[in-house]
Amino acid sequence: MVKPRAIDRKLLRDLRRLWSQVAAIALVLACGVAILLTAFGMIRALDTTLNDYYGRQRFAEMFASVRRAPGKLVEEIRAIEGVRSAEARKVGPVTLDLPDRPAPGSGRLMSLPAGAPLLNMPLLVSGRMPDPDSDREVAVNARFAQANGFRPGDGLAAIANGRRLDLTITGMLRSPEFLYSLPPGGLMPDDAGFAIIWMPERAAGAVLDLEGAINDVALTLHATAVTAEVADRVDALLAPWGGTGVRLRDQHPSHAFIAAELQQLRNMTVVLPPIFFVIAGFLVNMLLGRIVALERAEIGLLKALGYRKSEIALHYLLLAMLVACIGIAIGWLAGSWLAGGMARIYARFFDFPWLIRPDGLDVYAISGLLALVVAGLGAARAALTAARLAPAVAMAPPAPPNFGKGPLDRLAAGRWLSQPAKMVLRGLLRWPVRAAMTMLGLSAGVAILVASSFMIDAMDVVMDSAFYRANRQHATLVLGAEAPAGAALQARALPGVLRVEPQFDLAVTLRNGHLSKRLSITAQPPGGDLVRILDTEGRIVAAPETALMLSRQLAEQLQVGPGDMVEVEVAGDRERDFSEPVAAVTRQYLGLGAYMDHDALAARLGRAPRVTALHLALDPAALPEFQAALKTLPTLAASVMLTEVRDSFRETIRQNIRWNTILFLTISGLITAGVAYNGARIQLSERARELASLRILGFTRTEAASILLGETAVLALLAQPLGWGIGALIAQGMVSGFDSDLYRIPLVLTPANFARASLLTLTAILAAALLVRRRFDRLDLLDVLKTRE
Amino acid sequence: MPMDHLGDRQRNLSARSKTGAPADDTGTDRQAAFRTEGLSKTYGAGGPNEVRALDGVDLELPSEELVVLLGPSGSGKSTLLNILGGLDHATRGAAWFREMELTAMTDRQLTRYRRDHVGFVFQFYNLVASLTARENVELVTDIAMDPMPAAEALSLVGLDARLDHFPAQLSGGEQQRVAIARAIAKRPEVLLCDEPTGALDSRTGVAVLSALEAVNARFGTTILVITHNADIERMAHRVIRFQDGRVIDVARNRNRVAAEGIRW
Repeated sequence: MVKPRAIDRKLLRDLRRLWSQVAAIALVLACGVAILLTAFGMIRALDTTLNDYYGRQRFAEMFASVRRAPGKLVEEIRAIEGVRSAEARKVGPVTLDLPDRPAPGSGRLMSLPAGAPLLNMPLLVSGRMPDPDSDREVAVNARFAQANGFRPGDGLAAIANGRRLDLTITGMLRSPEFLYSLPPGGLMPDDAGFAIIWMPERAAGAVLDLEGAINDVALTLHATAVTAEVADRVDALLAPWGGTGVRLRDQHPSHAFIAAELQQLRNMTVVLPPIFFVIAGFLVNMLLGRIVALERAEIGLLKALGYRKSEIALHYLLLAMLVACIGIAIGWLAGSWLAGGMARIYARFFDFPWLIRPDGLDVYAISGLLALVVAGLGAARAALTAARLAPAVAMAPPAPPNFGKGPLDRLAAGRWLSQPAKMVLRGLLRWPVRAAMTMLGLSAGVAILVASSFMIDAMDVVMDSAFYRANRQHATLVLGAEAPAGAALQARALPGVLRVEPQFDLAVTLRNGHLSKRLSITAQPPGGDLVRILDTEGRIVAAPETALMLSRQLAEQLQVGPGDMVEVEVAGDRERDFSEPVAAVTRQYLGLGAYMDHDALAARLGRAPRVTALHLALDPAALPEFQAALKTLPTLAASVMLTEVRDSFRETIRQNIRWNTILFLTISGLITAGVAYNGARIQLSERARELASLRILGFTRTEAASILLGETAVLALLAQPLGWGIGALIAQGMVSGFDSDLYRIPLVLTPANFARASLLTLTAILAAALLVRRRFDRLDLLDVLKTRE
Repeated sequence: MPMDHLGDRQRNLSARSKTGAPADDTGTDRQAAFRTEGLSKTYGAGGPNEVRALDGVDLELPSEELVVLLGPSGSGKSTLLNILGGLDHATRGAAWFREMELTAMTDRQLTRYRRDHVGFVFQFYNLVASLTARENVELVTDIAMDPMPAAEALSLVGLDARLDHFPAQLSGGEQQRVAIARAIAKRPEVLLCDEPTGALDSRTGVAVLSALEAVNARFGTTILVITHNADIERMAHRVIRFQDGRVIDVARNRNRVAAEGIRW
């Protein structure tokens, strides 16, 4: 084994001597490496898995729904130029009578083509596919089976179109169409209460009253196809039969949700690692700057001995590289562990049959290389200074720094200041860049806390707005088809129902010139008390009698405001298209919204008011009777118990926020303590002689320490407002980043949030200061004075 | 007692001094190790704080001598030593080490020169605190062309038993002897010592001087010693006095005393 050179042994011993600062820097660097590794790794894993799964199971690229079209229409669709394959399906809602659930569950019935499906091929997890000729055999999605403990051969009671079906489960499936599936009217996946049910085509036709007819089409296209042209031709073919317009893959609910998740991961990779890398680079810069300053004599000695400039620069660069290597090792370990944890979260959240995690050696290499570059850049200035020190200069003690006479310095010279206060102030003024960088570093911790904890307040506002101000009903019944207004009276007659408010949802495309958006107009009768609309200030407003109200998000997308006209294209019934002015803009955090008065909409459509959903207020005492009665209701597609939705929403948010809070608290604590500790330690090494002299002049330990930590204290206080500002900016960025059609979060910045962030970071700074103070207390001051500077 | 074997060398040195007598009073028959012509060094030239550290020094120092440089603080001794050691540049004039013109060298060439020819001993030892005695010497042996083993260099200064001690575990005299061992480990042709006993008491100072004397005798190393301590001149071959950046006197010492005979 080659014996390391003496200068290299010095390096290793320096590293050990500086372990606490090295650890602080390495941990900050490790955070950047770990996040990069995790996010990059997960992005690639999700991308690869999706491509693989979608490709193998032939996930369609285009989807279209229609009210009822003849089965042979699919041949015409296949004949459209650019269409590679097309498959017709029969799809409809069913309610389920589940043995362990008082309320009825809901399901989506999908027909299975007689041969093997061409597209969206389900994957058999266990059991077998249903017999194509059977009327009773079905397959269900594996998650639903698992949540309810169903096994192949078990029975399943469903109600479709008012008929009770006693089905037999033959197998469990997974489908690329349902990686993420929400029940009708639900906000969260509900594995136990919502099923995907695959039924042989013939039987499905009978159950859904679609014999010889279809109501759903899925397509894939040739690589050369012009998507928009194909979409137009499919729309044209389906329009006479009540086509509601083509949806592309990115509008498919399951895929849209995963795409949103991927986008969030991408945002995370862009925003977070650079913060850590910059701070780590800055810490390396501080540490090495100080070491080079302290080791002037040793650098001079090495030069006197004949070491070259390059050897000396390399010596200090290597120190930074070793710090980086420690950070990289920790980051790789933590990143691998985090990636594993995230993969498990994804596996729980999304119904992947497998998760391909590419080995990603290059991601390890890139993250490691970045960390090395960051440390190298951080060390560059100090290494160059060391290399440039003239040997004779290096051997003499540094000249006392030149304390200036600028206006600020005159302020610092004011007679009203005590000598220790002057020392602190002049120290800051003498090295303004260092002071500013330290302040920036400390403010980063505050900013991260402000930006991460604002989510808690924001989610409170979302919860309050969505569940306590806008949606106050106990239950919502989603009807399988449009029903006459009299349905409300029937619902009122159900046991325990105190109040009923009907709602009519009309699938439309809203259009303003070339801008359009497909969604449902929600129509409610005036005076609703259970489901209410909130204006942009959060006040309750009624739907106007003759105009539309749009959620702000939607209005922005369509570029319309109050007074502008919007064209309303009625999906599947284009003859009833109409135009409507926008009356007002509303506030809404979940989904997009367009609202209209119930009767006004009916008048526009030229027909009697209809109902598609009923919101109910319930007597809690009669809940069991109410739920039992629902199971016999013929026209029900789904029933949503809002209390359950609220609870599951709150629980999911709470879990996410808990992990986020722990993560960001750790990160912020590491950064703050790392910056504060390094800053104060540098003060200690630079001022050891000064402080020793003060002690000998009769200053107490505490008085001397207050000079030592005074600078840190001043910078910590100045860093607070700066951190609030930066945090608010980051929070604003996150609000924009989260903004999607699915959900958005409000920017809620409360004094409590700022105070919390400051309190936590000041605590971390105090802890770091106490560590340095302890070191100061242990210092043998006479010893310090005896040695040469 | 670690100094015993140095005592042996001391006797050798005395014997040699008697036999190897120089040819004349000036002692310049030997090849000159250093030569300077009008060597000047000005700090802050042209400014209000201009300091003439060295003001037109002409010198010729023969090889293999132990030369003591005396003079008050700021008289130019250290500046001369730094320029001769390749640590600093002159403002005017020229300096040679043998045939090499130091004042015409680039930084890179000076580094090479220090590496190959010069050893330094400083008042404050300048040991690397995080390296042991042996490792401090190895700093030099790692990069020198034909070094002696670190242990041998330390043995020469009587530190056989302290090889693996850190500077903090050594006395001042021991630390200075480590510094000397470090300086001689590469078998330098010249050894430049800036106040090598300045921080030491008389007894330890003598041990350090004995080590220098032994090195000079055994290897013929040219040694320049800066000191404030006039007693030390008694062991020198030659004594140069400085004042205000100029050489005011160069004297040959006819009655050299062994280092052990010096007290202060």
